[in-house]
Amino acid sequence: MDDEKYTISGIPVPPFLESYNADLPKPGEYPFTRGVYPTMYRGRLWTMRQYSGYSTAKETNKRFHLLLERGQTGLSVAFDLPTQMGLDSSDPMAEGEVGKVGVAIDTVEDMKILFDGIDLSKISTSMTINAPAIVLLAMYIVVAEETGVDPSQISGTIQNDILKEYIARGTYIYPPEPSMRLITNIFEYCSKQHPKFNTISISGYHIREAGSTAVQELAFTLANAKTYVRAAIDAGLDVDSFAPRISFFFNAHNDFVEEIAKFRAARRMWAKIMKEEFKAKDKKSMMLRFHTQTAGSTLTAQQPENNIIRVTLQALAAVLGGTQSLHTNSMDEALALPSDKSATIALRTQQIIAEESGVPNAIDPLGGSYYIEWLTDRLEEEATRLIEEVEKIGVLEAINSGFIQRQIQESAYQYQLEIDSGKRKIVGVNSYLQDENLDFDILQVDETIRDDQIKRIEEVKANRDDRKVEIALQKLEEAAKGSDNLFPFILEAVRARCTIGEICGTMKKVFGAYKPVDTI
Amino acid sequence: MSVSHRIRVVVGKPGLDGHDRGAKVVARALRDAGMEVIYTGLHQTPEQIVEIALQEDAQAIGLSILSGAHKVLFKKVLDLLKANNADDVVVFGGGVIPEKDIPYLKEIGVKEIFGPGSSLEEIVDFVKNSVASR
Repeated sequence: MDDEKYTISGIPVPPFLESYNADLPKPGEYPFTRGVYPTMYRGRLWTMRQYSGYSTAKETNKRFHLLLERGQTGLSVAFDLPTQMGLDSSDPMAEGEVGKVGVAIDTVEDMKILFDGIDLSKISTSMTINAPAIVLLAMYIVVAEETGVDPSQISGTIQNDILKEYIARGTYIYPPEPSMRLITNIFEYCSKQHPKFNTISISGYHIREAGSTAVQELAFTLANAKTYVRAAIDAGLDVDSFAPRISFFFNAHNDFVEEIAKFRAARRMWAKIMKEEFKAKDKKSMMLRFHTQTAGSTLTAQQPENNIIRVTLQALAAVLGGTQSLHTNSMDEALALPSDKSATIALRTQQIIAEESGVPNAIDPLGGSYYIEWLTDRLEEEATRLIEEVEKIGVLEAINSGFIQRQIQESAYQYQLEIDSGKRKIVGVNSYLQDENLDFDILQVDETIRDDQIKRIEEVKANRDDRKVEIALQKLEEAAKGSDNLFPFILEAVRARCTIGEICGTMKKVFGAYKPVDTI
Repeated sequence: MSVSHRIRVVVGKPGLDGHDRGAKVVARALRDAGMEVIYTGLHQTPEQIVEIALQEDAQAIGLSILSGAHKVLFKKVLDLLKANNADDVVVFGGGVIPEKDIPYLKEIGVKEIFGPGSSLEEIVDFVKNSVASR
């Protein structure tokens, strides 16, 4: 049956559909298949938000200003791995990693430099931070406090999605139970104090990057989302007090139409889940708002300029799917961090779609297409079935036992075998090859960054009040042992200039460390 | 040579990088090719990886790094092997590694780097051949 065609999720594609019945509500109406807002991009374009960060806070601040000057409309911070793991730059495990995949942040003093010259009451900031999300958000709040910005006015998003870290991304610190407590603490605290902040961005992106199909991305992301909602409700929160601040983050991969259908299916599934299962009353609780990033794993090291075209198609799928914000990858990311030039081309790609293509003028322009509607229904059906399968096991158990990870690994392996056998063609990798020189200009981060960062920690330590630090950490430790909301204690520690390693280390003493299961 | 004729390979993730798709796919392919594969899991120090390789009497170590820490971490692994008189262990790697870093990595003793786009067959053949010709 070589003539049979399949989507990346393995759904057989009909050559054409003579007709297909779809019951379509208007955009902005439940279950939001056609978009969460009645005006969509006619009212306001998506936020162009390029994930960036490297080296020191000072260097990244320069890149932020460059991107803003060139028309970017929101910030998105990439932190380095030690920061994402709650470690100081001076920690032995940080060797070789400081400032590499993102900016190094050790104390609130670094955070101040990171946002120097940027008005936090005007710009929204997304932070890809998970296990120590509560610490970085506290730092952001303290920067606002100390620079004269009303902290209730800050807006942005923290990723704060620990479940997909266990599943696919790997930057976890604590076991699930205390991690879920920290997340619920953030929901509760921010719903009162920082009502414009999205307190979680539940991410299918990394699940997809780890090799899942579109169906698995949908299913595992929404299963995780339900777990957070349940945890918050179990902690005594009213669903409509926190659910409007839940946001999502999806991948835009190669299968153009399947991706568009995926975004539409995600909106409809979430609306139904919130209304029917969690009895949400506020329409905002049912609205799946999402950020999209084009799929990093589809970028090729070979003929890297071709990646500009891949990114264009993926970004267009995200826009046709109704994304609220978008990151477009740079062409050189299969080899290194993006250079200034390639990062600018990536941003320009979005601007061309926004300003030249005409696509944003009509809301859900593909709505009603037989194939789009048919595929949206198929994805919803298959993902719903997979959610049921996972929930029968229990989401946390399905993670702890490695069930979810094995499913993703299997898909990743099959995908690679298809590329190796030539069944799946990748231009420049297994077809249309050409001789080329891969040695082009890339951005590299100097190893001496770590020494500079360690010096900065020492300076902060020399200038802080040791007594205040000691008390703040002691109080945090006591609170961690009990059941109080930890947010105020972490804010105190940040104000006292405790380092991220001191704060996360204090909680680790109480919470312990996560031990992953071997899935190989 | 040990009694067993199966090739023993450690697939390691040194440092803090959490991207393990490639490492796991390669581990699976080596196993499907009949080798005995020990996957270290995430967040390993070079010391831990070398210790596992020595304990398991591995003939090869595959290291995967996508975080940019490859120069520092590959070097540490190779130095530790040397210090333990185990520099006959074949070290190879993969991940996001710029072309211009490859000469340095080869100079310090890394036998091969498999960047994005490498096929599983290439990697399996490389391990078989380089272990056989040690």
